[in-house]
Amino acid sequence: MNEYKLIADHLIYEYNKGTAQARKALDDVSFVLRSGEFVGLIGHTGSGKSTLVQHLVALLKPDSGTIYYEGADIFEKDYNRKALRGKVGLVFQYPEYQLFEETVLSEVSYGPKNMGMDKKEAELAAYAAIKRVGLEDECFDQSPFDLSGGQKRRVAIASVLAMKPEILILDEPTAGLDPAGRTELLDMIKELKDKEGITIVLVSHSMDDVAEAADRIIVMDKGKIIYDDEPRAVFTHIEELEAMGLGAPEMSYVLHELKAAGLPVDVNAITLKEAKEEILRALA
Amino acid sequence: MKKKNKEAAPSAKRKVSSFLSIRNLKYEYIRRDEENNVEGITTAVDDVSLDVKEGEFIAILGHNGSGKSTLAKHINAILFPEEGEVILDGMDTKDEEKLLDIRRTAGMVFQNPDNQIIGQVVDEDVAFGPENMGIPTDEIAQRVEESLKTLGMWDYRDSSPNRLSGGQKQRVSIASVIAMHPKCIILDEPTAMLDPRGRYEVIRAARALNEVEGITIILITHYMEEVIHAHRVFVMDKGRVKMEGTPREIFSRVQELKEMRLTVPQVTELAWELKKSGLRIPDGILTREELVKEILKLVSSRTGVSS
Repeated sequence: MNEYKLIADHLIYEYNKGTAQARKALDDVSFVLRSGEFVGLIGHTGSGKSTLVQHLVALLKPDSGTIYYEGADIFEKDYNRKALRGKVGLVFQYPEYQLFEETVLSEVSYGPKNMGMDKKEAELAAYAAIKRVGLEDECFDQSPFDLSGGQKRRVAIASVLAMKPEILILDEPTAGLDPAGRTELLDMIKELKDKEGITIVLVSHSMDDVAEAADRIIVMDKGKIIYDDEPRAVFTHIEELEAMGLGAPEMSYVLHELKAAGLPVDVNAITLKEAKEEILRALA
Repeated sequence: MKKKNKEAAPSAKRKVSSFLSIRNLKYEYIRRDEENNVEGITTAVDDVSLDVKEGEFIAILGHNGSGKSTLAKHINAILFPEEGEVILDGMDTKDEEKLLDIRRTAGMVFQNPDNQIIGQVVDEDVAFGPENMGIPTDEIAQRVEESLKTLGMWDYRDSSPNRLSGGQKQRVSIASVIAMHPKCIILDEPTAMLDPRGRYEVIRAARALNEVEGITIILITHYMEEVIHAHRVFVMDKGRVKMEGTPREIFSRVQELKEMRLTVPQVTELAWELKKSGLRIPDGILTREELVKEILKLVSSRTGVSS
């Protein structure tokens, strides 16, 4: 049972219920998150990803169905949802717009204090989190507003990490960052999984990013989960993904075109490294 | 790029060759602490000179903080040069009397689809600009229709913007700019918040406006794939223009771009990696078609040798 960190069980959620504009944002959604997994959650704008994420941290309550965190129903009347929000951390889109404290240290220790840690404990947790996201010591006393865009985003992620989450959900964490910033942030997130065993849910519009980083991909469309599988398996459905406004990693397209042109390549390679090896192998 | 002489030729003369002329532009931000004491100075744009012809599709690349957006805001007089000058379609952006004309000549679309739309209904939003310009009512209706049709959003004219996707919202924002009949549109990371289809829609719309309507496009982006169709690319680093050239020229310089926190399109990078592994593939491959063609050439030359 405890292999499953979190179970979403037949979630249904409707916006504007009972009005002419009623729309099912979640339509019978079920899946599990295992401890230490890196899951990519993809879907076009309006597919239900953000609604789902808000359910995972109990910001929205499903119309029917429920979520179990380590076996306990998080929508039960007496369930400690505040403690849950420490264990399941959510980094919103463009989190740097939500920074508000005067220094980086006070910003990052705000969450743990709020969770009931005393000042010293909270600052120690904050200190570790700030180091963890790769910010320099000089940053501690700086105003978060004086940092660069990429650094601000790291501060926002540190604020969530300081609460020592077991699951970390990040909504489009690389949006607006330059290419090097994107790579650095993704590498840092991968490290959180590899070194600290934190379960990661990465909500992304970049097929290339999820292909590169995720162990498993969940694809949502119109409030339903359409695919829930390993990246390679998911990206074999190129046409279906395109019909959903998504697509496949660029490398899948390259390999498909090479195969169509007669080169004997395995079209299931999805990362640049895999594609390169595949082409070199086919040409050897 | 070569710096031209600073001697100030009359702007009317320059207009013939250059639609946008930026000369030795410098812009500094003064950082202040809470008590308003000066903490330091950041040079956001440092001695930039560049020219854009009417009808060109220009892309500007550069890492976060490289000065791209600051530069772009000078083009339609959101910011004014501290040093140097910006001449847009013969108008000096420092000329306050020309402010409205400048803003009409170059419209701007920003990153966030959710804070650029002010109307409750799509067509209302598109009409807002021309209304403010004092365009007669019949003509406004006509402009709204044209603009929405150009962007493929006419069917949504009666919709609430809230119910549109990110890509659709951005297209409405572009339509609202188009309705003012600008000669130039500046797009500042218009696709950063969009899903793949939204990105495709917006870039396709920008290309169509350039190719069909002849509108000058200045696109700022972090997505390398979006600039492969540009006529020219400028790469900024630390406030300066460090590279200028066609996409093929720029994306042949993989290592330099990476040192400036940028990259190249994935296909270009794959071609580069294959070349490093010993395959004879030229630099600056931009599309899948080109890469496939080059790889097939290798196959046929090899089979040619062995048979």
